Amino acid sequence: MLFGSIESGLFVKIVFWALAFSMIFSAFAVVHIKNVFRASLCLIITFVCMAGMFILLRAEFLAAVQVLIYIGAISVLIIFAILMTQDLENSSSYNSFRIPAILIATIFAITAIFVFLNTQWQMLSNPENISSPVSQAINIVFSDTIPWIAELLIHKFVIAFEVAGVLLLAAVLGAFVVLRRDREERELN
Amino acid sequence: MNLENFLIVSAIVFAIGLYGSLANRNAIVVLMSIELMLNAVNLAAVAFSRYVVPASVTSLPSDANLEAAKSAVQNLFVGHVFSIMVIAVAAAEIAIGLAIVIAIYRSNSSVDVTHLAEMKK
Repeated sequence: MLFGSIESGLFVKIVFWALAFSMIFSAFAVVHIKNVFRASLCLIITFVCMAGMFILLRAEFLAAVQVLIYIGAISVLIIFAILMTQDLENSSSYNSFRIPAILIATIFAITAIFVFLNTQWQMLSNPENISSPVSQAINIVFSDTIPWIAELLIHKFVIAFEVAGVLLLAAVLGAFVVLRRDREERELN
Repeated sequence: MNLENFLIVSAIVFAIGLYGSLANRNAIVVLMSIELMLNAVNLAAVAFSRYVVPASVTSLPSDANLEAAKSAVQNLFVGHVFSIMVIAVAAAEIAIGLAIVIAIYRSNSSVDVTHLAEMKK
């Protein structure tokens, strides 16, 4: 067995379905709840469930990153923005595009699920795809994933890595500029 | 668990995010829905990198040594790297987006996207 037999056990199935249902339910609550503050709390539940999914997929580093960045930073930013823009109750209502939006989203979901179910994926669990040095290498690589991600990030994707840094810097400066120009205009008025 | 389970969950969450970003009046809820969509894409990328064999592994000769196998298997983590990039872009996007929303709120005292026909009054 390539990744150990625990992955197909009953416990993993229960965890997966619990995470999947709570994630879909809370994601729907994000777009449906009228109170924006509660919607943002539901968004945090969705992020936590997503981190659990990452752990099920053996992406422990990404689960940690998910908790740190999404729950630690992005949710706090969203809650700050919600508290700065008032009228919490009934502030999230649907616009006139509700029915077309339901149609578009449903068509997208059905098409995507149809494509996913009818594609022949080259699965890793298929023994034809795996020779013996490869399965040995997979066991070594998956025993400690972070050095391999780091090497890929620094060697093969180094330009994307650097550009992401520049992007974050530009985002911070841009956020400052957007809010500061506004304040200067208000002082002028 | 199979690849398809994760992909279906990801597609449903993406569809919910699409619906929310199209059908909501509040700009912050629209931003939150976009975060949902980006997160669903992350889940799909990680599921692919966990379950699908990269081409560098299938084209590997069967008598390859362990080092070559390791460097081929390393491509399994490309999905993780894509997810990290998406998370960085999402962080930048939410910072800029919320700054714009707050600037709009200061000038319009409303974050209703249906009333934003013009950028500057």
